[in-house]
Formats: sequence, structure tokens, C-alpha cells
Amino acid sequence: MDIFLQAMAALADPIVILLIFGGVSAGLFVGAMPGLTATMALAVLLPFTFTMTPLNGLVGLGAVYMGAIYGGAFAAILVNTPGTPSSIATAFEGYPMAKQGRAIEAISVATVASAVGGIAGVLFLLFLAPPLALLSIRFGPSEYFWVAMLGLTLIASLSEGSLLKGLLGGTIGIMLGTIGVSPIGGESRFTLGIPVMQGGIEMIVALIGLFVLPELYNMAALAQTSLGEVSISAKERSSFWRVTARVFSQPANLIRSCIIGEIVAIIPGAGGNIANLVAYNEAKRASKHPERFGTGTTEGLIASESSNNVTVAGSMVPLLTLGIPGAPPDAVILGVMLLHGLRPGIELFTTSGVLTYAFIFSMGLAAIAMVPVGLLGGRLIYRIIFRTPYYFLVPTIGLATIIGTFALRNSITDVFIMLTLGTGGYLLKQIGIMPAPVVLGLILGTIAEVGYVQAILGGATYRFAQMRLFENPLSWILIALVVVSAAWPFLAALYRRIRPVDKTIGDAE
Amino acid sequence: MKKIAIGCVVLAALAAVVFASGAGAQGYPQKPINYIISFNPGGESDVTARLQQSHLEKILGQTVTVTHKPGGGGAVAWSEFQRTAKPDGYTIIGVNIPHIIAQPIERKDAGYTTEGWELIIWFHFTPNALIVQKDGNIKTLADFVKLAKEKPKAVTVAGSGSYSANHLETLRLEKLAGLQLTYVPHTGTGPIVPALMGGHVNSTMNYSMVGVQYKDQMRTLAVATDERLAVLPDVPTFKELGYDIVGGAYRGVAVPKGTPPEIVKKLTDAFVKTTELIADKQREMGFEVTYATGKQAADLVARMKANYADILKDLAEQRAKKQ
Repeated sequence: MDIFLQAMAALADPIVILLIFGGVSAGLFVGAMPGLTATMALAVLLPFTFTMTPLNGLVGLGAVYMGAIYGGAFAAILVNTPGTPSSIATAFEGYPMAKQGRAIEAISVATVASAVGGIAGVLFLLFLAPPLALLSIRFGPSEYFWVAMLGLTLIASLSEGSLLKGLLGGTIGIMLGTIGVSPIGGESRFTLGIPVMQGGIEMIVALIGLFVLPELYNMAALAQTSLGEVSISAKERSSFWRVTARVFSQPANLIRSCIIGEIVAIIPGAGGNIANLVAYNEAKRASKHPERFGTGTTEGLIASESSNNVTVAGSMVPLLTLGIPGAPPDAVILGVMLLHGLRPGIELFTTSGVLTYAFIFSMGLAAIAMVPVGLLGGRLIYRIIFRTPYYFLVPTIGLATIIGTFALRNSITDVFIMLTLGTGGYLLKQIGIMPAPVVLGLILGTIAEVGYVQAILGGATYRFAQMRLFENPLSWILIALVVVSAAWPFLAALYRRIRPVDKTIGDAE
Repeated sequence: MKKIAIGCVVLAALAAVVFASGAGAQGYPQKPINYIISFNPGGESDVTARLQQSHLEKILGQTVTVTHKPGGGGAVAWSEFQRTAKPDGYTIIGVNIPHIIAQPIERKDAGYTTEGWELIIWFHFTPNALIVQKDGNIKTLADFVKLAKEKPKAVTVAGSGSYSANHLETLRLEKLAGLQLTYVPHTGTGPIVPALMGGHVNSTMNYSMVGVQYKDQMRTLAVATDERLAVLPDVPTFKELGYDIVGGAYRGVAVPKGTPPEIVKKLTDAFVKTTELIADKQREMGFEVTYATGKQAADLVARMKANYADILKDLAEQRAKKQ
């Protein structure tokens, strides 16, 4: 207990508090810009931490990380563009809400949900780190393969309407993911002999192209001059206390989303980008009114935004205990720790316990700091975006996406890939193939390939190398989940046919 | 009035451009230097570049910006660099052995050549090491060899990438010890750590710094150096145990071919000085500091190329047989 008190005392320093608020604000800005990712922000800030004390450095980076994952929600809600891959599902509900004049309400809900998620992640890290770390290393090649398969079953619920079109979109995504140097084996594939294509199609480049460009084309095609104004009733509904009360009126949704976020977070390599989609999907499945998802429900918004912020502190469970980064931005945090001579492991919680716990607590403070920063900043960003006529907004966002895409890998090729994918994505959208399944295919295709090939290689002495995919109990559990998840839409349809849905609906959100 | 002011600024800017390009090597450096890293932010190349950055800036008296151009295991940045970078010393790039040796041999469209640049320095070296779980059955290299002989192909060795330092060293061990191992490539050192801890692979041929960082959970059986490492004094070298295996990955910096010698000299001096200044920090992180510059640097590449030639040839033959 003593160590906890000392840790808290270490945080009672004006510089630390300043770093937390500054970090969250900077992170929010980075997250809100499509193309600027949390990993990139942390890498850019890395040199500044050399001259800081280890605590200040870690606190600052932790706050930026927290803010960036949350900031992605702004672009998702206001312009239907996930600012980071962690906010893909946020756009599904947040943007329809904004179109109905409920943007401030959506931002407030996202803010409160993010703060809850951030704090939940800290609690997981504080109290459950050792057992969760052990679970994390149970994931081997075959488990990764099944996790990817489980992810692909999400396509069914992401593909509003036609399952076939969703599967088509997912396949396109998987195919796009095979361009470039293969993750295992190192051969270059489908590069058309062009050296720069060895870099393949970066997931974030695809994300920007497929989500932002179609939306810009849409805005340009509409005769409207700016987004809709807010009605009085919507203003009332978005008051902070009401929103908070509404978020907490869905305890089951919050708890489920936080647990999903934590489980995804401890799987090395998977982070908020997968957590938000899984949590959204499960919220939809558990909902009494799944048909309303996609039209602006707070349920989906809460699931997405709470789960992705759980991954911030949550993914540090394997990092701090075993030195395994749970998500890409954690690799940078590991770099800072090593530079300051902090080796992950038990020592971190004993010898340098004060520092470690202070760092963990600071992430909780950063989660709380998101509320004032987000609500103030949110209103400001909202006003700018809503008061600006489309003929200024469209070219500005267009330019920002080009700069963001270029900045990602300093590659002009990526900009052309983004523009091509975006235009293609717009055309696909016209025939009902949505961007979400394509991006999902792109993310999961690679994970599945790596898992599959590694499992097969490891099974060299087996009669059938594929048997390795079926030998661990954890794999069996995942396979069962895949089967249930894949069959769910059919089961749900069957259930509905047998027992007609109760039409007397009370709260219309 | 305003127009005249703007005109003046434009003229001044133009003059500055003309002056800067005309001045050549004399006043180098007169504008910021772009230091390209062909891997992801947060990786070992990046972390080292950021350590170097502030010292380079002080020594050269100019801003040094670190930019990332990841993709294709480094090949995206390297091919573009050899194709487009101007030989004026304002664009420099991080390079790696054995990547720049193996990729042009193994890929038809790597887009660059091993010798297509002027090397400034190889500033550090991460020796290969064979690492297993701490509490497993394998305690020594002899145990490892015995097990692998009893069960051909059953012992898995994880490594970072294909045709990488880890991969080639595993093949050399197979050849010298007469073993049949199963090499399992991973997408970087990161994912190998949990794979080994969780028992999903039996061992890893990896960089010695992994053995240093994860001392509590892992056991390093042997390191591929001439002499034992100061940070791992109890770990024997492969040589001591009778296998002539010395190798690992080198990191360094290059400029385009045709860069004026005065600029090359200035950059070389700056990097040597910087390497001295960060040497302690680098050793703490598990790197061996090196100072191979000029002809020495080029010789190192030639030596490593010859060293890996037979293994790469075997690999190419194996692949031809499969097809």
C-alpha cells in the first residue's frame, strides 16, 4: 500500500499535471487527423523524453497515447472518417447521429465512454496483470489464425444488408493485403515488378482512402452547403450529466465492451483496431434492437469508444510484465523504458515500483483529463466543421488526407494508392460494397496468413501439417466461437421467424 | 509597400536557394539533413537514429530530421534512395547487413544493389545468439544438437524475417552441425518473444540483445562472436563449442554514390564522434559498438557477402528444385 501512496505523491507535481493535460490535448489533435496515428505521435515525441526524468517521459507519452485513441472519434463522428483504425465502428453510429443534428451528443457520449474505458484498462493493469500476462503468451500461431477467422465472421454484421456483398468486400481486402513482400518467406508478390510496391498497401492508407474519399465525393455531390444545424432538444440531450447518466444506464454493454477490449489488448499485435469492431459486433448481437444499429444508436458508439480506450493501459499488461508490446504504440513505450534502463519484469513492480505505479495511475488521470479537454475541444472542432461551408471543408479535408497519407511513410506512392483505393471505394459503395469489410479483410488477412504459415511450418513432422491448427485447447475455444459467430445471423433470422419481434418499443434513443 | 516587402522576401529566398546550391561542399551543411530510416518508428534502427540525432545536430550545426519510409523489409526506402537521392549530403539513409546483401540476390525486383551507395559508417553490430526458454529441457548447445539429431525437423527455430541474419545463421548451424531444423520466420523480434515464452517454438536464433533484455525468462546457449560478450559473460561463443559461426546484423549509414569527398569526410567524422558519445548507452542496450568507415566499411560488406554466398547459393538451389 505504501508504494501506492508514494506513487500518488510522485504525481502531485505541477509538471506532471501539465504533461497529462498537454499530452491528452496533443494526442486528441493527432488522433483526430486521419493518417496521423498514435504510434507515429509517440515516435516523434520520443527524443523529447531523453532529457526528461523517466516518470515525466512515460507520463507524457501515456497521455498522448490515451488522447490519440480517443481523438479518432472526432473525425469518425463529424466526417465519417475514423481518425485512427481504433474508431472504425465509431463512425457507424456517430456519423448518422451527426447527420441528425446530434453531433455534440455523440461527442459527449464518446468522451464519457472513452474515459470509462481508459479507467477500466488501468484497473485491469493494476489488479489482473500477472494472470492476464500468462494468458497472453498462450496465443501461438494457430490461435492467431483462429482469432483472424473470428474477426472475419464480423463481416456478416458489418455488411448492412447483403451478406454476399460483405464477403466480396472482405475478399477484396484480403487480396489487397497480399500485395508486397510476404510476411513469411519474404518473396515479393503482385508488385508488377515495381520496386516501391514491395511496401504493399499499408492498412492506414487503405483506411483513409476507403473511408474519407467516398465521403468527400458525397459531400461534393450533394447540393447542401454545410452540415445540419442542431435542434434545441438535441442540445438539451447533450448536457454532460444527462449523457453520463445515459452511458452508465448501459452497464452490461460497458462491462462487456471493456472485457472484450482487455482480451484483444493482451493479444500481442492486436489493439484498438480490432477491439472496437469486436465490441461493436457483440453489442449489436446482445442488443434488443439490432436492426437500429447503423442509424445512430448510442449503444454501438459506447461499445466502440469504451473498448478502444481499454486497450491503452490494457495492452501494457504484457509490456510491463513480460516486455511484450500488446499493441504497436507500446513498442515505442518499451523503447523509452529501455533507454532509461528500465527492464520489464517483476523488478518493475518492486524495485522501481513507485515509478511504475505512478505511470499506471497517470494513465487513469489522463483518462479523466479527456473529459474536460474533449468536451471543450469537441465543441470547438464541432463549431469549426459545422459552420464551415462544404466548398471550404471538402478541399481542406482533401488536402489534410493527402498530407496525412504522405506523412505515414513519406511515400508519394502511398498517396496515389490512397487516391486509387478511394475512388474505387466510392464506386464499390455505389453498388453496395461498404469500406468496413474491405479494411477488415486487409487487417485480418495478414494475421491469418502469418498464423497459418507458421503453424504449418511448425507441423513439419506431422502427417498432415494442418493438424497443428487443431491441437491446443485455446484453439478449440476459438473454433467454437468462430462456428457460433458465423452461424449467428442465420440462427437470429430463424429465431425471429419463429417468434416475431416485440413491436412495442419504449425508448427510441 | 506590402507588395515590395513580399517581393523582397521572394528575392531573398531565391538568392538563398541559388547560394545554397552553388556553394557546394564548402559550407556544408547549410540546410537541414534528412536522415531516412527504412523501418518502423520505435524499432532498433529508429531508436538509435534518435539517440544520434541531437549529437549530430550539435556537431554539424544543422537540423537533422529523422524520417521513416518503412516497407519491404527496408527495400522500399533503399530502392527509392538509389534511384532519386541527390549526392549533396542532405539526404542520408540507414543501411543494414545482411539485408542489403541478401535482398538483391533473392528478389528479382529489389530495385537496388548492394554496392549502389557510398558507405559512411557501420556504427553498431548485434551478434546472433541461439536462445531457448529458461526452464526448458535444453540447457546447453550440446543438448540442443542432440535433440535436433534425434528428431529431424522437429526442433523449431524462430527468427526475424527470411534471408535475414537470423535465417542465414540458422542455416549455417544446420550445415556445420549436420542438423535438420525447422526455421519459422516471424515479422520482427517483437512477436518472437511471446512465441518462445509460450512454448510455440523451441528456440530462436536471434540477436544477443534479446538474451540480455529477457535474462529472467530465457537462456542464451551460444553467441556468434569471436569473443564472449561483456554483457553475457557466462555464455560461450559458437567458436568455443567447435562451430565456426560468427555473424549478426550491422547497422550503418550511407550517402548516394558521387557525393563530394569533403562532405563524406565531414559526415564520417560527425558519425564517428556521435558513436563515441552514445557508446555506453548502446552497450547497455546490448549492441556492440563498431567504427567501420571508408574502405573498411566497404570491405566489411564484401567479406559478409562472401561469407553468406554459399548459404544463399544453397537456398537458391533448393528453391529451384521445389519449382
